[in-house]
Amino acid sequence: MNREETLEGIKDKFKDDIIEVFDKSATRVYIEIKPEALVRVANYAFYDLEARFGIASGVDTREHIEILYHFIQEEVNLIISLRVKLPKDKPEIDSLAPSFEAANWIEREIHELLGVNFRGHPDLRRLLLPDAWPQGVYPLRRDYKEWDKKAIRDRGV
Amino acid sequence: MAKTIVPIGPYHPLQEEPEFFTLTVDGEKIIDIDVRVGYNHRGIEKLSESKTFDQSTFVIERICGICSTSHPFAYTRAVEDIIPMEVPERAKFIRTIIAEGERIHSHLLWLGLAGHFLGYNTVYMWAWKLREEILDAMEILSGNRQNYAMFKPGGVRRDIKAEDIPVVLKKIDSIIPTAVMLKKAVIDDPVLHARTKGVGILTKENAINYSALGPTARASGVARDLRKNCPYGAYDRMEWDMIVTENGDVFDKVVVRVLELFESIKIIKWCLNNLPKGEIDAKIKDIPPGEGIGHIEAPRGETFHYVRSDGTNRPARHKVRAPTFMNLPTYKATILGQTLSDATIILAAIDPCYCCTERVAVRNIKGKKLLHGEDLVRMSQQKTELLRKKMGVK
Amino acid sequence: MSIKLNALLKSPWVFHLSTGSCNNCDIEILDCLTPRFDIERFGMLLAGSIRHADVLLVTGSCNRQSVERLKKLYEQVPKPCLVVAIGECALSRGMFIHSYNCPEPLDKIIPVDVYIPGCPPKPEAIIAGVVKLIGKIKNKK
Repeated sequence: MNREETLEGIKDKFKDDIIEVFDKSATRVYIEIKPEALVRVANYAFYDLEARFGIASGVDTREHIEILYHFIQEEVNLIISLRVKLPKDKPEIDSLAPSFEAANWIEREIHELLGVNFRGHPDLRRLLLPDAWPQGVYPLRRDYKEWDKKAIRDRGV
Repeated sequence: MAKTIVPIGPYHPLQEEPEFFTLTVDGEKIIDIDVRVGYNHRGIEKLSESKTFDQSTFVIERICGICSTSHPFAYTRAVEDIIPMEVPERAKFIRTIIAEGERIHSHLLWLGLAGHFLGYNTVYMWAWKLREEILDAMEILSGNRQNYAMFKPGGVRRDIKAEDIPVVLKKIDSIIPTAVMLKKAVIDDPVLHARTKGVGILTKENAINYSALGPTARASGVARDLRKNCPYGAYDRMEWDMIVTENGDVFDKVVVRVLELFESIKIIKWCLNNLPKGEIDAKIKDIPPGEGIGHIEAPRGETFHYVRSDGTNRPARHKVRAPTFMNLPTYKATILGQTLSDATIILAAIDPCYCCTERVAVRNIKGKKLLHGEDLVRMSQQKTELLRKKMGVK
Repeated sequence: MSIKLNALLKSPWVFHLSTGSCNNCDIEILDCLTPRFDIERFGMLLAGSIRHADVLLVTGSCNRQSVERLKKLYEQVPKPCLVVAIGECALSRGMFIHSYNCPEPLDKIIPVDVYIPGCPPKPEAIIAGVVKLIGKIKNKK
């Protein structure tokens, strides 16, 4: 399967779910999809296209919380990034962890650092932050402010 | 039988990094495992957003001391992908040389530590002694033993001087005999066979399901190597082999890493001999708004960086994915059903000791005979040979 | 100087503790044990358990989760115990000073006897630092 066939395949199969296709360069393609179609498209990429799940990047933009799911097809040398935009007041999306294990940890990470709720995730515990970290404070949000009054931020000289 | 929970860590003598494992065991058998990480979390992704594009290379270099080339490499490729642009040819070669030097020292480090975990300190000492030579070569090239600070968006910071090249080549040639001996000592060793063959198997299906990377995946028969499949740097210029084995057990992971050492040596030598002339820096003026992805094959697998720019001189978002993030969860697939001693890899057999041989002269009391390093190596090899015959390993 | 302190200086056993470092300082500490540097010449040995240790080598920028462990471990060390901070992160948190997860520097949490700067310090520097520490205590006598 080459690059054109791969892309045409996705475009044909998910006509109604795709909002925008941004063909950046020979090896990078960004596809914006509707949040409710994520599991369908991701499963197609992982199982039918046999792409490797690279990682998901959560981004807090001014208007939305964006999540990019990067799928890497090494045989074609192509990175397909599925982009979903979630509302800032209630970011929620279906979890990919039941479909393939690789998505398990990164969803835990995005959950604690950006405050996105993954519906159906088997195990949404903390991954990186300490247990004493306050609930509802998400360090990667743009409006994050230092909450710890005891923190020392100068070198004392 | 009642279930018992065995905690390992977070500060245990084996691994130098803190992490906390909770093993649930039934007798000797492991039936569940849970990993608690976060003892190293420093919020680098957030920090990187407060630095300029140039400063960020130094912050992300300190994500991991062993991968201190892979992260800047992936990051600079991500920034170059935003523009998009290509770096000068000479810079590509220098980047490749530094990255492969790091792969050699990282694989040797792992090999040494693996030997240490098995209680086989000989391998530990030999591998780390060999590693010193590579660190010396890297010090000549970059000025640093680790944290090379060679990378910048658009090229490299420091050129390789023409008079350094023969010195480094000689240094690399001088380690090959020791590396060959180490390879034989590790791959043919009966004790290592007994401890690692058929232990902790990661099947091909699981390797794909967990999206395992690097040597972990290649040992399970998944031919994933970005250097071959998505070529970057100067990897597509020369001949080298991707090492793939089929069984997925601990032994195959050792084999993949040991054999990769020799491929890396080959690549470095070729690059140093064929280093093109020219600029080393494309001198990026400013970075337009947009997003970029950079991924490279680090010693442990693919390192993945996603950078978003909003047109200012700082990244708006910088996502870092280290290979271990994908490889660590495979513990769940490999450890279940194994015995406790294999899982922790702490109990191990004692083998003839090669260690510290180079500088120690053992005085034989009876015959007043001085034994030197070479004698000790020969003696221990003879003993291994004996053991091998006794155990019937080929 | 107490007898205990004098005794431990003959062959200080070290315990190495990483509080969120990048691994480089830790590797250089392990490097000290390997044939080229061979810190065992001075009777120094890496102890497996904190309860056997005389010297605590701390690396890293003290993140929130490991600080809890650090405090617990420091309580468990048999006193007198000497603390050596290795690397820029343990000294002042270096470039991680503004990180949300690294609120306090090491010397505000436990008392530190020797600082070895560098990112990472070379094994020679680590050995020199530890030797200086021994000399300093001996002179105080």
